[in-house]
Amino acid sequence: MLTAIVFLPAVVGVLLLLVPRTAPPRGFVAAWIAASAVDLGLVVVAWLCFDPRNGFGYQTTATWIPNAGASYHVGIDGLSLPLVAMTAGLFLACAVYSLRETRRVKTYVLVFLFLQTVCLGLFVALDLILFFVFFDLSIVGMYFVIAGWGHGDARGAALKFFLYTFLGSLALLLGFIGLYLAATPHTFDVVALVRSQPLAGHAVGGALVLLALTVGLAIKTPTIPFHTWLPPAHTNAPAPGSAILAGVLLKMGTYGFVRIAMPMLPDAWRRYALGFVVLGVVSVLYGALVALAQTDFKRMVAYTSVNHMGYVVLAVGAAGLVAGSDAQARQLAVAGAVTQMVSHGLITGALFLLSGVLYDRGGTYVMAQYSGLASRLPVFAGATAVAAFASLGLPGFSGFVAEFQIFTGSFDAQAVATGVALLGILLTAGLFLVALQRLFLGPLRLPDAPGARRSLVDLRPSEAAAILPLLVLAFVIGVVPRFLLDVIEPAARTLVGLVAR
Amino acid sequence: MNETPSWLVPELALLAGSVLGLLVGAWLPRRRQWVVRALAAVACGVGLVATAVAMAGEPVSVFDDSYVVDSATNATRLVVLAGTLLVICLSIDTVAGHKRETEFYVLLQLAALGAVTLAGANDLLLLAAAYLLASIPGYALAGFRKDSLGVEAALKYYLMGALLGVVMLVGVTILYGAGRGTGYGVLHASMASAPHAAVAVGLVAVLGGLMFKSGGVPAHFWVPDVTDGASPPVAAFLTTIPKIGALVATFRLLDQALATTTVDWPALVAVLATASMTLGNLGAFFQTSVKRLLAYSTVSQVGYLLVPVAVAQRSDIALRSLLFYLAAYAVTNLAVFAVVCELPNAPAIADYRGLARRHPGLAGCLVVALLGLVGTPPTGVFIGKLAVFSAAVDGGYAWLAVVAVVNTVASLFYYLRWLAPALLPSPAGDVATALAPAGRWSSLGAYAAAAASLGVGVGSGALLPLVSGTLLR
Repeated sequence: MLTAIVFLPAVVGVLLLLVPRTAPPRGFVAAWIAASAVDLGLVVVAWLCFDPRNGFGYQTTATWIPNAGASYHVGIDGLSLPLVAMTAGLFLACAVYSLRETRRVKTYVLVFLFLQTVCLGLFVALDLILFFVFFDLSIVGMYFVIAGWGHGDARGAALKFFLYTFLGSLALLLGFIGLYLAATPHTFDVVALVRSQPLAGHAVGGALVLLALTVGLAIKTPTIPFHTWLPPAHTNAPAPGSAILAGVLLKMGTYGFVRIAMPMLPDAWRRYALGFVVLGVVSVLYGALVALAQTDFKRMVAYTSVNHMGYVVLAVGAAGLVAGSDAQARQLAVAGAVTQMVSHGLITGALFLLSGVLYDRGGTYVMAQYSGLASRLPVFAGATAVAAFASLGLPGFSGFVAEFQIFTGSFDAQAVATGVALLGILLTAGLFLVALQRLFLGPLRLPDAPGARRSLVDLRPSEAAAILPLLVLAFVIGVVPRFLLDVIEPAARTLVGLVAR
Repeated sequence: MNETPSWLVPELALLAGSVLGLLVGAWLPRRRQWVVRALAAVACGVGLVATAVAMAGEPVSVFDDSYVVDSATNATRLVVLAGTLLVICLSIDTVAGHKRETEFYVLLQLAALGAVTLAGANDLLLLAAAYLLASIPGYALAGFRKDSLGVEAALKYYLMGALLGVVMLVGVTILYGAGRGTGYGVLHASMASAPHAAVAVGLVAVLGGLMFKSGGVPAHFWVPDVTDGASPPVAAFLTTIPKIGALVATFRLLDQALATTTVDWPALVAVLATASMTLGNLGAFFQTSVKRLLAYSTVSQVGYLLVPVAVAQRSDIALRSLLFYLAAYAVTNLAVFAVVCELPNAPAIADYRGLARRHPGLAGCLVVALLGLVGTPPTGVFIGKLAVFSAAVDGGYAWLAVVAVVNTVASLFYYLRWLAPALLPSPAGDVATALAPAGRWSSLGAYAAAAASLGVGVGSGALLPLVSGTLLR
C-alpha cells in the first residue's frame, strides 16, 4: 500500500519519459494531476483503514543492504499519516496550479513527480538510510526546480540552497552513523533503534549525536541561525516550487525531530530540551520581526515560515521538559506541533501560490508597487486575506488549533518562554494586516516595470482550483479538528512516553 | 609451496592478451588492428570470469607467499578488469585506425596488470616490481598523442614517477634492513622489535611511491597536467585504474606488514587523507577546464579513500568500505570521463551550455555521475561514503569523518558549477559545435558506466558480501 503510494508518481514519471517532448504541454500536466489525484485517493483510503491506536500501520520490510544494516522498511503512524496526506494534497494543488506553465513542461513535470515520490517516501521511511536517501534526493529535486524554473538570481539561490541543506544532510548522516555504531547489533532500523535507545548511558556520545542530528534538522527546518538559505530560495523559486519547499521540505526537519531525535535519544533530548525551547522562541520572534521589515511579499511569507516553524521547535522542546510538567500537557504540545506542520503546509502553500499569482499579474513582489488591488481582483484579494488570517492564527482556521495546543502544552513547562513566544502571534498579525493594507486597499496602482502585464485578470479557474481547496481544508481543520487529532493524539501519547523513559 | 599458475588466470590473461596482441599487431595492416582491441577485450572477459570463479573459492597465497589471492585481490581484479573494459570501449572512437593502435591496447593491458599485481603483492620486492609495471606503460600512454601537451604530461609523469620510484626502492631497502625480510609475514613478526626511526623512514618512503600511484597529496602534482595533456580515454584510465591497485596495496602493506610497529601510521595516513581531500577541493574550485576540474576531483577522492586505510586496524569494516568505495568510485569516475570522451570539442565548462537540450541522455549521465561523485543517494559512492564514514567513526577517527563531510559539501560547489550550465538552454543563435559527439562507443560507455554507478548503489546489498572478507596473511 505505502510502496504504491510512494512510487506511483515515479512510475508515472518513467512512463512520461517515453512520451515525446513535442506532445502538448497540458497533457503532461494532466498526467501529473491524474497521478496526484489517484495518489491522494490512495492516501485517503489508507487513512480510513488506519487504526491510530496500534502504532505503525501498513508496515513493509524488505532486505536491501543487510551488510550495512539498512533495509527497505516503511510504515505510518499518527505522526506521519497527516503529513503524508498533506503532502499528497499539496502536490495535487501544485499540479493543478501548473496547468499554466509553458517552459519545458515535460522536464518540469518529471522533476515534480520525482520530488513527489521523494517527499512521500521520506515521511513513511522507517529506516534511517532510507530516510536519508529521500532527504538528500529532495534537495536534489528542489535544486533543479529552483535552478531550472526560478526567476531573478535563481542559480545563485539554488546553489546556496543546495550547499546549505546538503551540509545539513551530511551532518544528519554523521548522527545516523553514530546511532548505527552504538546499537548492538548494528542497525539503521527506526523501530529497533527506538526500542533499544543505543546511546542511553553515554552522556557525551548522546550529546554529540544529538548535536549532529540537530544541525542537520535545524538547517532544514530552518531555525535561527541556519535560516539564511531560505529567503533567497523562496523568492527565486517558481510558485509551486516555493509551495512544496515551504509546505513539505521544511516539515522534513521538524518531522525528523519527532521521528528520530526525540524517541531515539530521550536522555539527551531531556537534558537539552531547554535549548530547543530557547531556539524555538528566538526563531518565532526573529522570524516575525524580520518578516515585518520586508517590502517583498514573497520574502515576507518566507520569513513567516521561520516564525511558524519556531512554534514547532518550541513545542518539541517543551515536550522534553519532563520535570515540572505533566504528561498530558506535553502530549498536547506534541499534538500541536504535528498539527502545526500540517496547518503550515496548507496555509503557506496557499500563500506561496497566491504570491505566484501576484507575480504573474504584476511582474514583481514588491508590495510598494501595488495598491488597491481589491477593487480589480476581488477573489484574489479575498483568498489572500483568508490565507493571511489563517496564517496569523485566527480562530476557525487550522493555525489556531495548532498554536493553541502548542501554547497550552508548553505553558506548563516553560511559562516565561511561552509568554514571550505569544508576542510572535501579535507580530504576525501586524505584518499580515500591513501587507493586506498595502496591496489591496487605497487607490489602484500597478507596477510600471517594463514587461509587466497590463491586463488584470482575477484568479483563473485553474489557480482557484489549486488554491481554494487548501484554504477550505485549513478551515475544516479549524472548525472540526477531531478527525485529525484522533489520528495524531495516540502517536503523541506514545512519543511523550518514549521521551519520558 | 603453492605454485599452481591456475590461481593467476586473470593476471595471465592480461599478460597473454598483451604479448599476443603485440605479436599479432606487428603483422596486421593498419585498418585491421581492431583484432588487437578484441583480443584485449577477450583477455579482460576471461579475467573477469576467472575472478568470479576465484571468488567462490578459498583465499590462497601463492609463490612462496609473495602473492595472495584473497577478497581484496579479487575485488581489485574485478574492478580493474571491468574498468579496463570500459576504457577500451571509450577509446574506440579516438584510437580506432590510429597507426599505433596495437601499442595503445598493449600498454593499457600491461598497466592494468600492474594495478592488479600491486593489490595482490605480499612482498616488498613484488610491490616494487608491480609499481614499475603499473607506471611505465602509463608514461607512454600519457604521451601517446605526441603533441606538446601530451609530451609535457608524459615527461612530468615520468620524472615524478622515477623520483618517487627510487624513493620507494630506498624505503623497501630500509624496511628490509630493519625487518630482516621483505615478505609481509616476516615483517609482521619482526616489526615489533625493529628500530623505530628506520621503520618510520622506510614506511614514509614506500608510502611516497604508493601515493604517487594513487595520485594523493603530496605526490599529486602530475595529476592535473597528465589529465589535461593526455587524451580523454587515457586520462580516464590513469586517474582511475592504477589508484585501485595502489590503495589496496597501501592497505595491505600497513595492515599486514606494519601492524605491530610502534610507528603511528594511522595518524600519518589521516593527515594525508585530510590534505588530499582539502587540497584537491581547493584546486578544483575555480577551474574552467573540465579535465583539470576532474583531475583535482580525483585528488580529493583519494582523500576519502585513504580514510579506511587510516582505520585499517581499528575497524572491522575498514577493508569492506575501501573496496566498495573503490568499485563505486571507479565506475562513477569513468562515467564522467566517458561524457568528456564523447564531447572532445568541449574542453571548458562553459562549452557544456545547452547539453541537456542537445543530448538529454548524456546530460542525464552527467547528472548521475557528478552527483554520484558527491555521494548523493542512491548512487554507489553514497553507500561507499556511508561505509567509509562509518569505518572512520568506528575506528575512533570521528574528526576525520567530519573533515570528510565538510569536504564533501565543498566539492558539491564545483560539481554544480559544471552541472548548472549543462542544464541551461544554449545561448540563442549559437550553433554549438562544441557539443559535437565523438561517436557511439563513448556514449555507450557513458550510459553503461552511469547505469553501473546507480546499479552499484541500489544493488549494494548483493555486492557488499563480495567484498566482505579479511586479508590473508
